[in-house]
Formats: sequence, C-alpha cells, structure tokens
Amino acid sequence: MERIKTLIDKEWAEAFKNKMVLGTVVFMPLIFMVIPLFQLALMRNIPASELNDIPSTILAGCQVQNFTGSECMQGFLVNQFLLLFLLIPLAVPVTIASYSIVGEKSTRSLEPLLATPTSTAEIILGKALASVIPAIGATLVAFVIFLVGARFFVVSDRVYALFMNPTWYVAMLVVAPLMTVLSVNIAIIISSRVSDPRAAEQLGMLVMLPLMLMFFGAILGVIPLNVTTMLLLAVVTLALDAGLVVLGVKLFQRETILTRWK
Amino acid sequence: MIRTEGLSKTFDGGKKQPAIQAVKGLDLDIQQGEVFGFLGPNGAGKTTTVRMLCALIGPTAGRAWVNSYEVGQQNQQIRASVGILTEQPGMYDRLSAEKNLTIYAKLYGVKDVLGQVEKYLRMLGLWERRKDPAGSFSKGMKQKLAIARAILHEPATLFLDEPTAGLDPEAAKLVRDFIEDLETEGRTIFLCTHNLDEADRLCSKIGIFRQHLIKVDTPSRMKTAIFGRQVEFRLKQTDASLLDFVKRFDFVKQAALEDNRLILGLDDPEESNPLVVKALVQAGLAVQFVSEVRHSLEDVYLSLISDENDR
Ligand SMILES: Nc1ncnc2c1ncn2[C@@H]1O[C@H](COP(=O)(O)OP(=O)(O)O)[C@@H](O)[C@H]1O
Ligand SMILES: [Mg+2]
Repeated sequence: MERIKTLIDKEWAEAFKNKMVLGTVVFMPLIFMVIPLFQLALMRNIPASELNDIPSTILAGCQVQNFTGSECMQGFLVNQFLLLFLLIPLAVPVTIASYSIVGEKSTRSLEPLLATPTSTAEIILGKALASVIPAIGATLVAFVIFLVGARFFVVSDRVYALFMNPTWYVAMLVVAPLMTVLSVNIAIIISSRVSDPRAAEQLGMLVMLPLMLMFFGAILGVIPLNVTTMLLLAVVTLALDAGLVVLGVKLFQRETILTRWK
Repeated sequence: MIRTEGLSKTFDGGKKQPAIQAVKGLDLDIQQGEVFGFLGPNGAGKTTTVRMLCALIGPTAGRAWVNSYEVGQQNQQIRASVGILTEQPGMYDRLSAEKNLTIYAKLYGVKDVLGQVEKYLRMLGLWERRKDPAGSFSKGMKQKLAIARAILHEPATLFLDEPTAGLDPEAAKLVRDFIEDLETEGRTIFLCTHNLDEADRLCSKIGIFRQHLIKVDTPSRMKTAIFGRQVEFRLKQTDASLLDFVKRFDFVKQAALEDNRLILGLDDPEESNPLVVKALVQAGLAVQFVSEVRHSLEDVYLSLISDENDR
C-alpha cells in the first residue's frame, strides 16, 4: 500500500509538470461541460415549427412526452451530448499513462524502478490509479457542474429530469470507471511499442473512435440512450477490460520490459 | 556476497533474428566486502550479468546466489538487499534531488526516510540544493546522486554498471572518489567497467570477462602472472655485451636492452637487485636509476583479450 501511494505521488509530481497532460486533464472536461451548457442557453426559445431538422426517432420521443419546441431541443439534443462526458475517462488515463510510461522509457528510469523490491503488480496499480483517479474525478466534477449549471438554463423541470436520470448515473458511476481501466491498458500496450509520447497519445486517442461513432449514432437518433444501452456499453467495456488487463499485465513484466520493449 | 555456477543467458532472437548467447557458463565467487571489477569489452555481457544478479531478468541456465538468496527463487529478497546503478541512471530530471531520493527510500522500505535522505544529500554536498531539479545538476553530480539513490537502503551488495562511462575526466574523478568513500563501509561492490585505471585503483579483485570468465585475480597478481616482475636499470652508457654479462646470473629470467635502459625479469628483485647493481658497478658502469617496471592493467587486459581473439 505504502509503495503504491509513493508511486502515485511520484506520477502526479511528474505528470502535472507536463503541459500536455495538464491540458487534457483540465481543458477536456471543461469543454465537455461548457458545450452542453452553451447549447441549453441557446435553445431556450425554439418554436415547434423549427423542429423539422430533428431526427424522427427523437421527434417521436418529444411527442410521447408532449414536449414544447424548446423542451424538445434542450432535452433530447443536449441529452445526446452528455455521451461526450464518457470521452473523459477514456482520454485522461491514456494521456497520463502513456506520457508516464513512454516518458520513463525514454529517460530509462524504468530499470532502476524495476530493480526495487516493488512488485510489478504494485507498479501497474500505481500507474493505473495515478491516471484513473484524476479521470474519474474530472468526469464526475464536470458532470456535477453541468447539472448545477443546467438548473439555470433549462426551460422546465421535465427537461432537467432527463439529465438527472438513471441512464446518466449508470454512465458516470459504472461505465466511466470501466472505461478508465480500458484506457490504462491501451496505454500500456501502446507504450510497449512506441517511443514518442505524442505518437502514443495520438494512437491512444483512437480508442475514442467507437464512442464517437456511438455519439453520432445517438445524435442522429439511430441509437437510443437509455439504461439498457448504458448497461450494454458497460458489459462490452468490461469484456474488453478483461482481455486487455491480461495482455497488459503480460507485457508489463520486468524481463519483457527490459528485453522486448522497443 | 555473490556466487554463480554456470550462469548463462541466451536471448531468444524470435523468428527473424538468431538467438544471442550473451553469457556462457559464468562461475564467480565474490566474498562479502570485496570490490570486484568486472572488466570486458562492449557487448561482453556485463550488463546482462548484472541484470541477472539483480533479479531483473532470468538466467537461461546455471544458478546464482546474491547475499545468500538464490536468483529465480528469492527475487524479492535479492532486490531488497542489493543496490544498482543501472547503465543509464534514469533520474527523474524534473523532480528535485530530494524528491528523487525520497521516492526510492520509500520504495526500498527504508525505516528512517528523512534521515537517510538527509545523510546522503549532505554526503554529496547537495543539502543546500536539495530542492533543485535533478536535471539541473552537472553530469558528475547527477551520477553521484544516482549512486546515492542506489545505497539509501544500505544494501549489502552494490552493483555499479559503468559508473564513469561518458563522463569527462573531472566528473569521472568526482564519481571515483565517491565510490572510494563507499568502499570503506564493508559493502560488496560489483563494478562493471572498461576503464582499467579505475579498476586498478578501486578493485581488490578483477575478473576479465567476455561471454565467459577469462581470468580472475587481484590486479597486482594478474600483472605479475603475465609479465613477471621486471626491474629497469638506467645506465649512463651501455654496450651490447651487457646482455651476455647479466645473463650469467641464473636469477635473471629475461633481459632486454632499450637505449640505455637494461630491463631484467627477476623473481625476487629485493634479493637480486643489490647483486646486479654491485656487478654493474664493478664492471665500471654508472647506475643512474633502479626502478620496478609498473605494468598497467591495460597491458594485462589487452594481452588477455588478444589471446582470446586468437582462439
Ligand atoms: N534484449 C536483448 N535481446 C537480444 N540481445 C541482447 C539483448 N540485450 C543484450 N543483448 C546482446 O547481448 C550481448 C551482451 O550485451 P550487454 O550485456 O549489454 O554487454 P555489455 O554490458 O558488456 O556491453 C550483446 O551482444 C547484446 O547485443
Ligand atoms: Mg553494458
């Protein structure tokens, strides 16, 4: 435990001296929080006649609930944007962890670290927690600030209820943590092959692609956003996690790191 | 204490490359408190050996014990009881000297973290600069800091992999002086180097190594084993008949004349020198200087390695 704490402390001391890392941890959540709030503010006065551009599935949802034009825009459209919050737990760990591991690779500081009586499990856990904790923290903080801010911009309580609903609780409390695990393991796998931290980061960003596709699917009304979709997303992420953790741990062994990593 | 029996390491080259045997049947026996110089050319397998002995990579054959713990069986105990200066010291350049040491003290489970860190920062003369980032120190100072990092937990055995490689002479001297200070504490030191003067000065025993051990001995015995003991008599003037003159003595093993210097190979110069001088003076020669020929370890090393090449 003491060793893991020491490692986390070391990771943070190093990571937050890096502008790229700091930028991802601070600005990404900030942007994902500001965009939906901004949209809420813009969509306070939308007449029903302007809803023609909205995908029919979403429009159908509005009709079921008997929403006004503004309610429909605010509620259903902004709701889709909340999916972007799930990019935070993917992007933050992959950035922190790949900067950390690729960085240690280029300064050759992994070998003395591996020479200490710290187990590889402790080292992986230290690095993982050092990137997972800020990621989950940033996601939740961004979401809570959004909820607080939304209070001021929503046109009705019915719209607000769409944000304060189980779909997003499952997303933030179940899917987000599972995404961080995925992200950390991707970082380890990439770091074992790549020696430039920026290349590692960009490769890491590829993991966000499926989620982006899901986002566009949701915006276009092809993918419904409800508890079932979120639970399904959680199960898929968990399955990927299980496979990648095995691979990540296998790659992160002393002998492998010292003799096979490029 | 370090002991190995037939220690070997072959790197599996994978599908594309052939396998590389880096270490082949290494037998070592290094006592507690000994400063052992591990000499060998680049690519000899020194770093690979150190990594095996520090339980960083596993041997492919043979066995090894470090501080009585067996490599491969008690790796965690080995890591806790040795210190290592890796070939690339890998400090965290953005973190302060103090932070670098504190992190390692904690990872090694040092009891009195603050005390040990302060002790070594003061020993390095860095106490005043402890808050400065490690990256801001000179190369020599950084290397000393890296050695301090390796001994914070007071390990019984310390491995130093080419501690002065790539340093300018002044920085190298700083580091060498620091290592000499450490020796007095009864630690076993395993020093990889291809700097022969360094080995000669610091080590009580030397192993010349390339893939396997070519020779092990103390530096001075190694020199006499190869060159015998030689004494140089500098004379005011000489002539060729001098060689026949000195060869009459049966204690003279070999004799050579270079300009006005007569060089004799003698088993026991302390006994023989007065007799030689007396004979030379009686023969009417003026003896200006008498001195023992000092062979450098470099001569020994080069002659051993070239023998190896011939095999
Ligand atoms: N991970 C590795 N994979 C393949 N070959 C290696 C690896 N590490 C070292 N070698 C080879 O093993 C030999 C010994 O290397 P090394 O132990 O670094 O020598 P030294 O430290 O004496 O210079 C060299 O031929 C080197 O190329
Ligand atoms: Mg080496």
